[in-house]
Amino acid sequence: MLAFVNEHLQLIYLIVLMVFVGIELIGHVPSVLHTPLMSGANAIHGVVIIGSIIVMGEATHIASLILGFLAVVLGTLNVVGGFVVTDRMLEMFKKRK
Amino acid sequence: MTLQITLQIIYLIASVTFILGLKFLGNPSTARKGNLIAAFGMGIAIFGTIFLYTDAEGNHLKNLPLIFGGLAVGTVVGWLAAKKVQMTAMPEMVSLFNGMGGACAMLISIIEFQHIQSTFVEPTALAALSGRLLIILLGMIIGSISFSGSMIAYGKLSGKVKDKSFGMQQFINIGLLLIILGFAYMAIMGGQNQALWFYLVLALSLLYGVLFVMPIGGADMPVVISLLNSFTGVAAAFGGFLYDNKVMLVGGILVGSAGTLLTIVMCKAMNRSLLNVLIGNFGGGGGAAAASSSAGFEGSIKEVNASDAAILMKYAKKVIIVPGYGLAVAQAQHVVHELETLLESEGVEVKYAIHPVAGRMPGHMNVLLAESNVSYDKLVEMEEVNPEFATTDVVLVVGANDVVNPAAKTDPSSPIYGMPILDVEAAAHVIVNKRSMKAGYAGIENELFYKPKTSMLFGDAKKALNQLVSEIKALG
Repeated sequence: MLAFVNEHLQLIYLIVLMVFVGIELIGHVPSVLHTPLMSGANAIHGVVIIGSIIVMGEATHIASLILGFLAVVLGTLNVVGGFVVTDRMLEMFKKRK
Repeated sequence: MTLQITLQIIYLIASVTFILGLKFLGNPSTARKGNLIAAFGMGIAIFGTIFLYTDAEGNHLKNLPLIFGGLAVGTVVGWLAAKKVQMTAMPEMVSLFNGMGGACAMLISIIEFQHIQSTFVEPTALAALSGRLLIILLGMIIGSISFSGSMIAYGKLSGKVKDKSFGMQQFINIGLLLIILGFAYMAIMGGQNQALWFYLVLALSLLYGVLFVMPIGGADMPVVISLLNSFTGVAAAFGGFLYDNKVMLVGGILVGSAGTLLTIVMCKAMNRSLLNVLIGNFGGGGGAAAASSSAGFEGSIKEVNASDAAILMKYAKKVIIVPGYGLAVAQAQHVVHELETLLESEGVEVKYAIHPVAGRMPGHMNVLLAESNVSYDKLVEMEEVNPEFATTDVVLVVGANDVVNPAAKTDPSSPIYGMPILDVEAAAHVIVNKRSMKAGYAGIENELFYKPKTSMLFGDAKKALNQLVSEIKALG
């Protein structure tokens, strides 16, 4: 256990710091922006696609190739769909000015 | 080596764009830029990985045609879905995309597990392996809960799945969670049946996601989606841990923590605790109990027709429109804007009172009204607008119910007691447009409809507003 922590100390530091950054960022957001913000955050966790690309690029078995391909497709859906939907919402906010 | 360092720098830049993106998303004037910045960061991170990533032996990624194929399919489908979706269906779309991210994390874990299964491990490396297995399992559990939960949330919001709960559900859920953790422990310990335990964990986690969201009422769906959103973030972060990939870790944890806080802020806007949302099952059992006490209201329902309502509004000095879920469902956001401009041209002051949870998600009403070009300064938030009702001649409530229910103030036994509401009662006249006398999300009757100054304008929001517009025009 301790060895595991020691080995990943850098990542653990990063996690703790990012928790605080995340909390700071959302501090006082007007409720008007809750939906776009949720949608934007939704797109950002699509970063999981990087993992699916790595897994896919190292896959040799047919089973992992199929699952990996599916993972890349789903991850892309999350990223592209997420950002485009958010942009559509925010585009409407802009028009009124 | 240079490739590796270049990729790490790209990841660093991408991480910064995520932080800046979220920061800018929190301010109306910079929000759109923030989204684009984060999207740019995501783009360089994806292409950087494809072309620069090398494993420990310095091999580049293989199967590039398949990777690009997957990217192309996902981009086309995601783009079309996001462009074609109706603004009113936005919340379920977000839920759907969130579920895709959860499924992606789940699949990564499955593949990594199969990979471990198929490679021989030196006994000395077993300790390190169990750490890796733990990360894989946690990523899979959270990813699959997020996936199946989001699918149920999507089904509920689009009306395909009904609320369902049964007795002792909370205990069953907690029990199920303990069983999942127990099986996960068995899977980490390894042995002959390792694969069996692993896939049992997968199946039960998917089931847990379904049972977790199933009993939660439709009105609380935004909170659940926001929570599942942060779950997917955490699942992505586990992936980052697995590959020692800092941009996945940063993106995932940022969304995990920001999403959790956003969930709590949303709960606060409804004056409810997160725990209450998760175990309280609002729209289900509570509704039946409250309905029995509904007959006790004094007064009677008074109906008004469109032409009388039109006269009332045309000769008013100040009209406040309270838009709600019914307006979103009927897609009446354009007609309501037409009504507003028409009244303004008659010299009537028109404003919109926006309850924090009006529509299907916090802020959803603002998005909808912005779509139909309603000016931003006409949308007034609850705290600001409440003192104004006293000087208002006519309040037009369009498809809103619980957010104007006085029971939230007066009836401690009501499930929505304590939720801040719009004080429409203070106005001289209240016109309520509803399709029927059916109760709102909370499943409770509304005393407001029985008050002497309230009159009901029954009908679909779009139709009723259209009628109002033509009646006002006819008055000349």
